[in-house]
Amino acid sequence: MLLASTSTYFQYFADSVAYGSLFALMALSLSLLFGVMGLMNFAYGELIMVGAYTMFYTERYGWLVMILATFAAVIVFALVMELVAFRPVRRASPSTLLITSFALSIGLQKLFYMIFPPGSPRTVKPYPWLTNQFEIKGVLFSRLEIATWIVTILLLVGMVLLLKRTALGVQLRASTEDFRMAQLVGVKANWVISSAFAITGFLAAAVTILYMLNHGDVRPNVGQGPLLIAFVGVVIGGLGSLGGAALGGFTLGVVINLLSATLPRSIQGHTLMFAFLLVILMLVFQPNGLMGTIDKLRRKRITEEIPRAAEEPAT
Amino acid sequence: MLELKDVSVSYGRIAAVQGLSLEVKQGEFVGLVGHNGAGKSTTLMTIAGALTPVGGDILLEGQSIVGLAPDEILRRGIALVPEGRRIFGRLTVGENVKIGATVRKDRKALEEDIRSVVERFPVLQRYWNSSGAKLSGGEQQQLAIARALVSRPKLLLLDEPTLGLAPLMVDRVFDILEQLHQGGTTILLVEQNAARTIEMADRTYVLRTGGRIQFHGTAAELAEIGDFETAYIGMG
Repeated sequence: MLLASTSTYFQYFADSVAYGSLFALMALSLSLLFGVMGLMNFAYGELIMVGAYTMFYTERYGWLVMILATFAAVIVFALVMELVAFRPVRRASPSTLLITSFALSIGLQKLFYMIFPPGSPRTVKPYPWLTNQFEIKGVLFSRLEIATWIVTILLLVGMVLLLKRTALGVQLRASTEDFRMAQLVGVKANWVISSAFAITGFLAAAVTILYMLNHGDVRPNVGQGPLLIAFVGVVIGGLGSLGGAALGGFTLGVVINLLSATLPRSIQGHTLMFAFLLVILMLVFQPNGLMGTIDKLRRKRITEEIPRAAEEPAT
Repeated sequence: MLELKDVSVSYGRIAAVQGLSLEVKQGEFVGLVGHNGAGKSTTLMTIAGALTPVGGDILLEGQSIVGLAPDEILRRGIALVPEGRRIFGRLTVGENVKIGATVRKDRKALEEDIRSVVERFPVLQRYWNSSGAKLSGGEQQQLAIARALVSRPKLLLLDEPTLGLAPLMVDRVFDILEQLHQGGTTILLVEQNAARTIEMADRTYVLRTGGRIQFHGTAAELAEIGDFETAYIGMG
């Protein structure tokens, strides 16, 4: 395996970047809600579930209708989730919020199992023009993979612009840092929290479309696997940091994909176990996550620069 | 302008403020002093809407503001400069100033107000695009005051604005408050520096533990009260 060709490494890289991108978007969504209202939303997986079923039932009307319907359904569902389940407990303790999100997640899954009993498999059919692979210098690509990179980059750039350049973005950033103070300077709690849920819904819809076009299998627990990986990504990125979450989600996605491609076949089924072992090791040595480590290095550089600056002669 | 009528506030079973009544008139500079745990900060947080009283009423220009959200209370004209500044360290200085004007709709007048605030606090202009976390304590305090002023408050609440500042910066903050008062801003100031507060304020309320008023009056009236200075100002 060590002697794999350069094109094989490029193949791993290309596949891993596409896979990691999805988790960057999911982790960013989770981190946004955690920052704004202290909520680690385990019902995020059910946004993917709703999106998957919407895709299944609207696919027959064409891809454009399917995409628009998925965005609409998931965003509306995210807003309803906030209004019905989380708004009444907004001022409750973080543990109450966590339990609420677990209850909502399990309740919604059970409800969907009742409505759509297992038996008749449901799948989102792949579009061959999107998923068929073509070769460039020994590396296989699909249009879906390339679309995943482009969509992720566009969404991440869009998120940066939203957060940096708009009044809502500034309010969201302030709220993730100190929600009570944000309210005291005039930020409307309902507005900023609903906006955070709507953004989460938007990102979840994009993730669902890209994920389901690749995986296809529609079932009530379809969001659970990705949610777990994204949640761990948020933790290794550093709780409360939007950039850190995206980086953590991306890194974990890349690691999982690389492991599943390179581990011996006999233990490939345990890829997640090896990935999470790496996460545990990382957290033992860097408990503040990736962003905490980057901040530490930045602070170290600044403290090293101060004596140097003091030594510089006055001009 | 502002009237607290028999206001009580609790943290669970612990009563922080019990039956507090006080009044701030238009254009007045009112001080609120007392020992740690007397309920001063709780009183300001309650007026600003961050806490809800369990009893009594708070009237702003004759209308009750109890139960209103903090953003609505700010919209009605009460701005808070909180204890510890609570600057948004991940926002730039400029963003910190501008977020204070979230409740305002008059964009043109707002730009004028931001210009005037920056003229008043030149240090903000210097660090406009830097993170608010990079400012010193005194600079952060100026930023916190600027952030409150851009909302064009009718009443400015300040909670321990000189806490942890160097003596020179303490003087600067009191100068700023004096200028604001001279400019017609109504102020309710909570301070540990009781002597200086009493000297500067038109009237001062002295709280004892549990948020009850112990003494109340002008600097001259308070000076006449027996062992007041020994007990509350430490000047005995």
